[in-house]
Amino acid sequence: MTHFLIRRLFWAIFLFLVATIVTYLIFWVIPADPAKLAAGRGATMQDVARVRHFLHLDEPIWEQYGRFVWNLVRHGSLGRSFVNREPVRYTIGQDAPVTASLVFGGAVFWLSLSIPVGILSALRPRSILDRISMGFVLVGISAHPVWIGLILSYVFGYRLHLTPIANYCNFFSGTPGAQCEGPVQWAYHLILPWCTFMILNAALYVRLVRANVMETMSEDYVRTARAKGASQRRVMIQHVLRNSMLPVVTILGMDLGLALGGAIFTEDIFNLPGLGHEVVNAYNNDDLPLITGIVVFSTICVITFNLLVDMAYGFLDPRIRTD
Amino acid sequence: MATTLEVNDLHTSFRTDDGVVKAVSGVSFHLAAGETLGVVGESGSGKSVTFLTVMGLLDPRSAQVSGSVKLDDHELLGASQSSLRKIRGQRLGMIFQDPMTSLNPVKRIGWQLEEAVLIHQDVTRKEARKRAVDILKEVEIPRADQRIDDYPHQFSGGMRQRVMIAMALINNPEILIADEPTTALDVTTQAQILRLMKRLQDEHGMAIVMITHDLGVVAEMADDVIVMYGGRVVEQASVEDLFAKPEMPYTWGLLGSLPRLNAAGGRLDQIPGQPPSLLRPPSGCPFHPRCQFVMDVCRRDLPELELSTVGDDHRFRCHLDEGSRARIWSEKKAALAEGAAA
Repeated sequence: MTHFLIRRLFWAIFLFLVATIVTYLIFWVIPADPAKLAAGRGATMQDVARVRHFLHLDEPIWEQYGRFVWNLVRHGSLGRSFVNREPVRYTIGQDAPVTASLVFGGAVFWLSLSIPVGILSALRPRSILDRISMGFVLVGISAHPVWIGLILSYVFGYRLHLTPIANYCNFFSGTPGAQCEGPVQWAYHLILPWCTFMILNAALYVRLVRANVMETMSEDYVRTARAKGASQRRVMIQHVLRNSMLPVVTILGMDLGLALGGAIFTEDIFNLPGLGHEVVNAYNNDDLPLITGIVVFSTICVITFNLLVDMAYGFLDPRIRTD
Repeated sequence: MATTLEVNDLHTSFRTDDGVVKAVSGVSFHLAAGETLGVVGESGSGKSVTFLTVMGLLDPRSAQVSGSVKLDDHELLGASQSSLRKIRGQRLGMIFQDPMTSLNPVKRIGWQLEEAVLIHQDVTRKEARKRAVDILKEVEIPRADQRIDDYPHQFSGGMRQRVMIAMALINNPEILIADEPTTALDVTTQAQILRLMKRLQDEHGMAIVMITHDLGVVAEMADDVIVMYGGRVVEQASVEDLFAKPEMPYTWGLLGSLPRLNAAGGRLDQIPGQPPSLLRPPSGCPFHPRCQFVMDVCRRDLPELELSTVGDDHRFRCHLDEGSRARIWSEKKAALAEGAAA
């Protein structure tokens, strides 16, 4: 296990370097002048030059990158935003809970729909339920999140007044200047984003669960269980489910890690101040430290969730447990 | 009480996208308590499907079944799932060809054995575990009380087949159906498993159905034999009678393809051609496209199961007349003996 963790750690460092270097290279290639933006509209040439020097933008790109890595390793700092001079860590700390609320809540929604529906479809292939759910899958896979989000927001928010049209409320109260707060308002405002997530992902997961359950049901050991006289219920719960959930766990881990880096479209439609929203703004402002910070954060999320998947695998499948 | 399994005119077919596959067409046989029935045939001859039908393990959505399967005058075909479940694992045990995939990989051996007990008997888990250890000892698993907490992947193929046998026998069934139990194992392990099954049969007194494509296994284990081809029984006899005077060309072919230890290094006989398509079965006798003695009548009519002059209730399907069969078999026997002597 230690051996495995050390190897993982090296992979994580390597992945982190690659992701950040690529971010810096892209930034270097695109024609952008963040100094001009940061200096403001009426700035003179001298002002811009001073800002450029102050932001270290007059240094070669590899020196900027070196400084970034040094600050991160030495001080745990991701630097300050070019635009508003706030520490990047602070901004990410503000945004990450929003994205996490969206992603984890959404995951609960889509899993609690797709696992039962997937299992039922697998038990009765070509039944009415199976056909309906496959139709739903087709819609979910084909539709764009923006379209789904807008339709939901229009129908349930604007026309029926059942839900808010957009915006976010903090889970914990006590934010100065907040318009709304508390768990109830938080959940109330997130219902539509969660549903958007659910429609998008449930589609894929219904298919995934259905395919895996069907495959597991044709395994030899399931036949053995039936030959022992086990009931359908016992066969499903004890022999089919755990074995068929293995691939689902893998995909779920990857999806969660990836989505935490920013669910750009969903956050945009519902005006949620999460990481996806932030990264779009950062791109528009050529705000390199903020972009890099979010890239680092996403990388950490992906790595963490892959690690969690591996650990879950060890728990679910004794063949993978080492020593 | 003497149990008998009586199968009459059993038909099993599957609906597929290409049409109806007749896997089993009118199979009848019976099995007396404590006896061993060998079921021989190539892949696709319907031998496994016959017994999956007997066990009620086919998916009712795709399989259509007719005929009669009686266990002690109790009709199993069309019986409710709940009454079938009580019989499976309790009165009928079954083991399968591939021990590597027949055990659930994420459950401990002990758990899987205990499950078999707990489904059928009202005992505590502790009691079930004690029985599991006992039966593992009986199938000669060393250090059974420790190995019971292992997972299947920690066992070798032969050991897993022992576990499968233990699991099938843990409730003392009257009949053990073994579907090619040694096919996936290496030769020394095969011999051990067969010896084990024989010993357990002596001790538990259950009847065994030995499904195999290996006449050697049949010669060693069986009292009676049925030879299946193209979903039908083509010959049935006691094991002595079958080896003494097989009555039809397919059985001759099977006997000719049996390896003999003392034979000269020549090639084994083989039956030319492929097993018949069950989707579009040949007209007349199912074996006629591969038969070297084929006549016009064979293409037209299916031969009845006739009674042989040799043995008791020895039956076969063939249009060849008595004289030709006797002549061909004596020639064949001479050729085989010559091969063995050379």
